[in-house]
Amino acid sequence: MPDLSINFAGIKSPNPFWLASAPPTNSGYQVMKAFDAGWGGAVWKTLGVPVVNVSSRYGGVNYRDKRLVGFNNIELISDRPLSHNLREIEEVKKRFPNHAVIASLMVQSRQEWHDIVRQSQDAGADGFELNFGCPHGMCERGMGSAVGQEPKVLQMIVEWVMEVAQKPVIVKLTPNITDITEPAMAARRAGADAISLINTIQSIVGVDLDQYAPYPIVDGKGTNGGYCGPAVKPIALNMVKNCAQHPDIKLPISGIGGIENWRDAVEHILLGASSVQVCTAVMHFGFGIIREMTSGLEQYMVEKGFHTIDQMVGKALPNVLHWEDLNMKYKVTANINEDKCIGCQLCYTACEDGAHQAIKLNAGTRVPEIIEENCVGCNLCSLVCPVEQCITMERTDDGTQHVTWKERTEAGDIPTEFEDEQAGGRHHWVPEPSAALGKERHKTLPGKARVINGETKVPTEA
Amino acid sequence: MAEFSTPTTEQQFAENFAQLKPVMNRTEALYESSRCLFCFDAPCIKACPSGIDIPQFIRQINSGNDTGAARTIYEANYFGNACGKVCPTEVLCEGACVYNLQEVKPIEIGRLQSFATTKVIKSGEKLFGPGTDNGKKVAVIGAGPAGISAACELRSLGYGVDVFEAKAQPSGLTVYGVAPYKITNEETLAEMAYLQAQFGYNVHFNSAISSREELEKLEDKYDAIFLGIGLGKTNELGLPGEDKINCTGAVEFIAELRQHQHKVAVGRRVIVLGGGNTAMDAASESSRLGAENVILAYRRAKEEMGAYEFEYDLAKGVGVKGMFNVAPVEITGNGYVSGVKFIRTETKDGKVSEIAGSEFVEPCDMVIKATGQAKQTEFLSLIPGLKLDGKGRIIANAHTGQTSNPKYFASGDAWNGGAEVVNAAAEAKLTARGIHAYLSK
Ligand SMILES: Cc1cc2nc3c(=O)[nH]c(=O)nc-3n(C[C@H](O)[C@H](O)[C@H](O)COP(=O)(O)OP(=O)(O)OC[C@H]3O[C@@H](n4cnc5c(N)ncnc54)[C@H](O)[C@@H]3O)c2cc1C
Ligand SMILES: Cc1cc2nc3c(=O)[nH]c(=O)nc-3n(C[C@H](O)[C@H](O)[C@H](O)COP(=O)(O)O)c2cc1C
Ligand code: SF4
Ligand code: SF4
Ligand code: SF4
Repeated sequence: MPDLSINFAGIKSPNPFWLASAPPTNSGYQVMKAFDAGWGGAVWKTLGVPVVNVSSRYGGVNYRDKRLVGFNNIELISDRPLSHNLREIEEVKKRFPNHAVIASLMVQSRQEWHDIVRQSQDAGADGFELNFGCPHGMCERGMGSAVGQEPKVLQMIVEWVMEVAQKPVIVKLTPNITDITEPAMAARRAGADAISLINTIQSIVGVDLDQYAPYPIVDGKGTNGGYCGPAVKPIALNMVKNCAQHPDIKLPISGIGGIENWRDAVEHILLGASSVQVCTAVMHFGFGIIREMTSGLEQYMVEKGFHTIDQMVGKALPNVLHWEDLNMKYKVTANINEDKCIGCQLCYTACEDGAHQAIKLNAGTRVPEIIEENCVGCNLCSLVCPVEQCITMERTDDGTQHVTWKERTEAGDIPTEFEDEQAGGRHHWVPEPSAALGKERHKTLPGKARVINGETKVPTEA
Repeated sequence: MAEFSTPTTEQQFAENFAQLKPVMNRTEALYESSRCLFCFDAPCIKACPSGIDIPQFIRQINSGNDTGAARTIYEANYFGNACGKVCPTEVLCEGACVYNLQEVKPIEIGRLQSFATTKVIKSGEKLFGPGTDNGKKVAVIGAGPAGISAACELRSLGYGVDVFEAKAQPSGLTVYGVAPYKITNEETLAEMAYLQAQFGYNVHFNSAISSREELEKLEDKYDAIFLGIGLGKTNELGLPGEDKINCTGAVEFIAELRQHQHKVAVGRRVIVLGGGNTAMDAASESSRLGAENVILAYRRAKEEMGAYEFEYDLAKGVGVKGMFNVAPVEITGNGYVSGVKFIRTETKDGKVSEIAGSEFVEPCDMVIKATGQAKQTEFLSLIPGLKLDGKGRIIANAHTGQTSNPKYFASGDAWNGGAEVVNAAAEAKLTARGIHAYLSK
């Protein structure tokens, strides 16, 4: 059995799965339930200055029949009395001494920071997470992302905290910034022990078409919220990678953003996270999802021969390069597995209208054919194909050559005209523009669709 | 033991004849529409005789534009709601859905279609209307799928339309013939009311056109005449004893059933003669009416039946027993039916022959003959110059519907010899355009 336990910047936890600071960690009741279900740690719902919340707080992005592929909220930090929260932290720590309880904090003045750090320390918190991320409400009062977006202010506040903190300090970063490594560096300079990212992304998840107002609607009005859930994972992964690859940051990273199953967690870990935090998925499905996450992670580790989480952390980083370092001699070409093809012709229309006109239809069959000379190997067809492993991208170069853009630049060999072997123009046949309305017209609205659209004649195939 | 107990109330009838394709709710429609791949040059469209732009309307449902979906459907097929429920989708659109090739359940196109159309029918939303009056008038004989579809299309082209219908209700066999577990009378008639409100044609019920004089009047008064008369009564078998009480034609039996529902009595032991879809329907219906024993007797082998496989499965599923390679020779009984005398047959090189001396009597108290519908040749002979083919079908141009008497046009069962509702609806729409082209010359 692989060992799932972690030591994250000095914070020990039986597994890398923590609840992010959010509604699921609002109370001792919830955190105890979560630990009982199998979660390794919890970052308490942010403690700080008194706030009030509005009613109607969340908005969702649905994709077809899938609910909450994206989620947004306009909630503030904890609106429960600080003393209750501290008492409950203490109670949880007593019952679960080996689980990680991290106090998320957000206040304003140096004195307030000192006080709240000391209070949560006394309550038994295993560490602190400084919330410099909340992109709505709190930032209007000079906290949250307003801090995260100003590396200097961030550094100053972290320094205040470090003056009194006796437990590890994690700085939670906001993604609402051009270069995530700048606030990360500021945290490092201030002596923080770790960083966590991402907090939510400023967003409007949708507009009510009848009320002409953004979701969530509060008495006919709305405001920008913070975006999270499965849709933000790609943004989070990239930012985690940026921080993990930065030569000077060198801090443990707690990966957050769009984690819903073991795969998402492993992706964060392979890009440099050594613990992961989850919010939306728990708000959607409850604490029970932890069982699938741990079992999936374990299975993966067994299959790959990893014994500890540490062995996996950052494993994919050496393969994330700059574009200029990619091998330009590598070539893949789409290949349709005829036996699997169900003839939906999505690949055809995708390539025809959205890519490189490299797929054709033949009379008497619905299975499309790849025009190899035209295929640039963009993957689009294989991405739209609804059948598993039906379109595969096969390597067609001989694998012996390796040339990068950087090498060409250094050798003074970058193209100066479009006739380059790899540049768009050569080898790639494109029909005349007017053919779209002429002999290739049947390719736009096929068969009956055009007649149904009011035309009387089906355009004939060339 | 009967599969079903005899229904004695409306509610019991509705239970025994529960809808095979109940109308979806919004959630189900959302889930199902989400599965559609939006195929290019979609095979489902090609397989629909009325060429409904299926991926388009499914996408409209998926994006919450149910009204637009209904419009897409009705633009191609005026019987959009009925078709979604009664079409043999297994061999049409759904049979062509690409999911079949992956052994995944095809998209429930029919039910999605009825979902969208039911919504506008219920709300009465105005989506269509008559075109500007062009001063010309067309008479439509028959208010079945063909006649009503022609009326709608002609109205949208600006014609004045009078429909003459022998029966008391519109939609033809949709309300007098199709099995009650496919569509309810209320659903059928609601769509008819919706169409009439949208297009505003006149329907004269209980107005059979049956004499030369009546036809002459129409010829004088109207610029063109559309024949949507369908087929006629069940063919006679020409067997001794056929006139016995409780020996009935399938079409007549089903028409009674559709109109009087649980008040229709069925025998305890029923023999249905035939191997087509109507035979399957009549057998299923007898069983659902509480008959204890329903036998489907067919002259040839099981594999040779004309019925769709899923229709036979449906009948088997409600306890109908198949009896193959038996030909009826006599209906026995004394006043009332008491049995059918059969002779066994064998099929050799595609030919059926009777096996001498193999007669036997299968007892029963009701016989339903599902041996095809006769053509209305007698009525059609009243139309000067109208030509029929060897099978009694009206000869008409496939694109314009024009018959050999240029003033007369025809579509539906009377022209195609008996197909589905969707064929009649699609053909009639085309024919209405043919009439328009002819009268615009
Ligand atoms: C038992 C049975 C089950 C069926 N089940 C299905 C099914 O499940 N799905 C499906 O799609 N199709 C089914 N069909 C076929 C479908 O009902 C027909 O193909 C379709 O109704 C044909 O439409 P039509 O307008 O041509 O004829 P009809 O529906 O027959 O309509 C003709 C109309 O014309 C009227 N009429 C006839 N002569 C005159 C006259 N001289 N004057 C005035 N009016 C006249 C008739 O009363 C009738 O209302 C079934 C048919 C039968 C018999
Ligand atoms: C309703 C809601 C409230 C949140 N409140 C806080 C908070 O108080 N403090 C904080 O640091 N992050 C807060 N977050 C951000 C989450 O901790 C987390 O960073 C973000 O949701 C991304 O993770 P996910 O994709 O798993 O949801 C909140 C998120 C949500 C949805
Ligand atoms: S997308 Fe896939 S299944 Fe569809 S036609 Fe192309 S290869 Fe076949
Ligand atoms: S990989 Fe891109 S270019 Fe090649 S066939 Fe597929 S879609 Fe077209
Ligand atoms: S064939 Fe099936 S999946 Fe494709 S468009 Fe038609 S209903 Fe949708």
